[in-house]
Amino acid sequence: MPDLLLEIGCEEIPARLIDAASRELREKLTALLQRERLEPAGAISHFDTPRRLAVLAVGVPSSQPDLTERVNGPSAQIAYKDGQPTPAAHAFAKKVGVDVGNLEKVNTPKGDYLAATVTRKGRTVAEILAELLPKEISSLYWPKNMYWRKRGELFVRPVRWLVAMLDDQVVPLELFGIPAGSKSRGHRIMSGGKAVVISQPSAYVEALRDAKVLGAAEREQVIRKALDAATRTIPGARWREDKPLVATVVNLTEFPSAILGSFDPEFLELPEEVLVTVMRDHQKYFAIEDVHGKLLPHFLAVLNTAADSDGLIRHGNERVLRARFNDARFFWQTDQKQTLRQRVELLRNVTFQKDLGSYYDKTMRVQRLASWLAEIVKQSGMAVRPGVVHKAALLAKTDLTTELVKEFTELQGIVGGLYARVQQLDEDLKSDVQLEVSRAIYDHYKPESMEDGAPATVEGALLSIADKADSIAGMFALGLIPSGSKDPFALRRQANGMVKTIAEHKLPFRLSEIMADARARYQGSEAEKKFSNAAYSKAVRSFFRERLEFYLKDAPQHRYAYDVVNAVLAVDSDDVVDAAARAEAVSKVRGSADFESISSAFKRMKNILRQASEKNNLVAMRVDPAGLREESEKALAALIPETVATVEKRRVARDYEGALLEIAKLRPAIDQFFDRVMVMVDDDHLRANRLALLQTVVKEFSTIADFSEIVTEGKDSTK
Amino acid sequence: MTLPKSNSLTFQELILKLQAFYAARGAVIQQPYDVEVGAGTMAPETFLRVLGPNPYKVAYVQPSRRPADGRYGENPNRLFKHLQLQVILKPPPENVQELYLESLAAIGIDLRQHDIKFEEDNWESPTLGAWGIGWQVMLDGLEVTQFTYFQQCGGVDLDPISAELTYGLERLCAFLQDVDSIYDIVWARDPDTGREVKYGEVRLADEQQFSVYNFEAADVASAWKHFELCEAECRKLIDRYASLDRDLGKHDPGKDKDDDKEKSEGDAGAGARENSRFPLLGAYDLCLKCSHYFNILDARGAISVTERVGVIARVRALAVGVAKAWMDQQYGQQYKDRQSPVASGGDEPAGKNRPREKKGKLAPVG
Repeated sequence: MPDLLLEIGCEEIPARLIDAASRELREKLTALLQRERLEPAGAISHFDTPRRLAVLAVGVPSSQPDLTERVNGPSAQIAYKDGQPTPAAHAFAKKVGVDVGNLEKVNTPKGDYLAATVTRKGRTVAEILAELLPKEISSLYWPKNMYWRKRGELFVRPVRWLVAMLDDQVVPLELFGIPAGSKSRGHRIMSGGKAVVISQPSAYVEALRDAKVLGAAEREQVIRKALDAATRTIPGARWREDKPLVATVVNLTEFPSAILGSFDPEFLELPEEVLVTVMRDHQKYFAIEDVHGKLLPHFLAVLNTAADSDGLIRHGNERVLRARFNDARFFWQTDQKQTLRQRVELLRNVTFQKDLGSYYDKTMRVQRLASWLAEIVKQSGMAVRPGVVHKAALLAKTDLTTELVKEFTELQGIVGGLYARVQQLDEDLKSDVQLEVSRAIYDHYKPESMEDGAPATVEGALLSIADKADSIAGMFALGLIPSGSKDPFALRRQANGMVKTIAEHKLPFRLSEIMADARARYQGSEAEKKFSNAAYSKAVRSFFRERLEFYLKDAPQHRYAYDVVNAVLAVDSDDVVDAAARAEAVSKVRGSADFESISSAFKRMKNILRQASEKNNLVAMRVDPAGLREESEKALAALIPETVATVEKRRVARDYEGALLEIAKLRPAIDQFFDRVMVMVDDDHLRANRLALLQTVVKEFSTIADFSEIVTEGKDSTK
Repeated sequence: MTLPKSNSLTFQELILKLQAFYAARGAVIQQPYDVEVGAGTMAPETFLRVLGPNPYKVAYVQPSRRPADGRYGENPNRLFKHLQLQVILKPPPENVQELYLESLAAIGIDLRQHDIKFEEDNWESPTLGAWGIGWQVMLDGLEVTQFTYFQQCGGVDLDPISAELTYGLERLCAFLQDVDSIYDIVWARDPDTGREVKYGEVRLADEQQFSVYNFEAADVASAWKHFELCEAECRKLIDRYASLDRDLGKHDPGKDKDDDKEKSEGDAGAGARENSRFPLLGAYDLCLKCSHYFNILDARGAISVTERVGVIARVRALAVGVAKAWMDQQYGQQYKDRQSPVASGGDEPAGKNRPREKKGKLAPVG
């Protein structure tokens, strides 16, 4: 059983795409071997660098097992006439490659049919791979493909060599005009450009190591060690952990090392955010900090070569960083010539969206929306400074006109916040108020993902919500609703951010009201003429229901089960904080036997009510206690009013767990009811009365969650 | 630590070495195009040569004007006008990356002592209806070259593909000479006296005066008028070429023989001649002028962000019009079907994760 190696040699693949493609290639090969009945005895592993994707399979069968199968043919009646085979029989025999005389007859319920036992010889693995691997390679998913040779031949970057081997034999496949061989290539510079001959798959990894090429896991180890070692030369320093950056440099190198560089400490006058962005996003450097987390005038660069023995590389990198920091400082200083307040007017010239007007228009809308939200929060008794919200909303987008944001777009919001802190905003603005304004601006794009935190202050939260609600409202009113993978304005992310912010700040909002108000802010605008008003609120409602569902299921501190989330959102999906509280309560009690049983009972009640409505059976307007016959139904009916009262009292106090425990106490009465009472009786009056009883129970006790949505494990104590 | 400066190439030697390198590999060494352009890509030697089926290898220095990048000669890293060495390899040889690395060795860079990386960087020019896939080549953390496999140009899908190598000459030379300011680059050194002429001596006045012109003095109203005149004339030429097509019938050498021979040959012959002499190159110059006036207006702050997209689309319409007409004129009917609507870079949705549109390739440093 030979080992298999496939290596696709490529010009540098974008770092961000390597991991997924490498996994996909392994999965494709695994599936292919399985489909072709060639499952390997050993492991299938993958190996990748910027210049190659490779898969290794240990112990692949050298050919498929032969396959014997019975093939059915035409009916005997058609196949034979007067005992002689007809053309139909001959055709079948020919098709299956069996002598007419060796055809069999099988008896089926539909009569006699011809059949043949056919043995198909298994094909060799080399033959199969040569035929099928090219298709698998060509079908790897890349978000962005290119041509380099012929139209129709697409890949992420030009493919330059192929290695395909079964032990020491080359698999005779060809792709993109390249025949596969046994020659790989080493590190571009360090290996001296000689071909790396692979004697057999099991020698692949070592042969590459000799040619200065390491696998991804090893590269990460080497990089982390090198970063540690370089950092240790500065007492008390540590490098800032940055997993995405580590992943990037792992995929930019084949044989990594790291160097420590320095920059002029006077650049530390610039905000840390700016320095770190230049280092991380533009130069892929790691920042270094002291024990207190303060940035030090050093950086770490990861190289794709072994060492920088004479310091040339460090010198070059320091030179580039100096130029970049100089630019940043120039932009920072230039930007101070115009205050944020003066920049508000400039926003008239910055397009927000072609049909929705300028950022000035947006600013005016967001300011009113945010102020209204602040009013609601204030009235609910929470601490909030509406003045801060008002001011921050006015200035939030002004940094879009600054040179620094034009250069470093990822710093939008942050730059505005930083400028708001150092500039004079208003003559009589108290410094603590100014600080709050700057914090709100700084945070207002947050949270950018489920992992990212919400804005730190309530004022920042309100600004963030208003800004996002305004965008979503405008886009939805224009009919630009996300669908499938199409969400060019990242509206889902923005809505997720709103939900998360509302939940974490426990804000007393209803999503539909925010969105109705956000929509109303467009009234009378030019943009409104382009709106197609149809179904705005409905579309917004179902969009936000999905976002809330996503939040409750996926936010790390929640992760509620899907049925709990469904049960809770079936009642109401508009009040985020309330939905989260109800989900928490339902999650806590759902494991108890009483609650399981109640859930099953509710399902049963809903079924009965549904059947009744399908049959057009009448349900009484209200339960008539005198019209009930059995003790158990009278007992249940008698229990309802007082239980409703206690449940309601707890519910209003938002003691959802307490309320649910009250409902669970109904279990014996409900069990008794279903044990003794038949609802769908012939007596119209009695049936209507009993249906009314069920309806009352369902209605009165579904104010926290729709229990019928809860998945029970078949335990049904009502039987 | 500093590098031994005296050993490193002067600016002009750098250019000569690179030109010699590509000349030795069969490239035509062209001279800079004499109409203002923002990048070497816009010169016809790239824009028009990458269209159509004919193989071509060319290298040229292209002074590239970007009015908005001017800094009055005060910023050590930014220039209004910088020089690019533009190389087109059509089709790209299999060893195109190795060839590129050899060119670095040819200008004295010992790659074993440096760190070189090819980092994803896809280039797109909305103004030209062009985009490509490639890398920025990073040398010790400095982007020295933009390496692009052109996929589409002027809205025309390319076949064969061309590789485009754009060297940022000032930043490369500043790196080689280890100077922190572009103006300190040694442009020339007299072999007899050893006297050095610095970049600043050659170009500083340019930077100072054109920064003033572009940011302060250029007359907005007349720049708009120039823009509109060039646009109208270019448009008219493109339209006239299209109507020429209709009036004279398509010149298709294969078909002529079947019809009434004399008449058909006469007409089609005249048509073909008329067609091949039609001044599409003149139309393209007008399109380049529009692009340049747009850049001046942009630097003057005369184009609001709202208008910007619209004006870019107007220039693109000209570029696409010329490219399609050029395809038709030079390569005939068989390429008509190839033409597809102007695609923007690939199938990724616009959004936060999409790489930012490059404002331009390789401004001097940083």
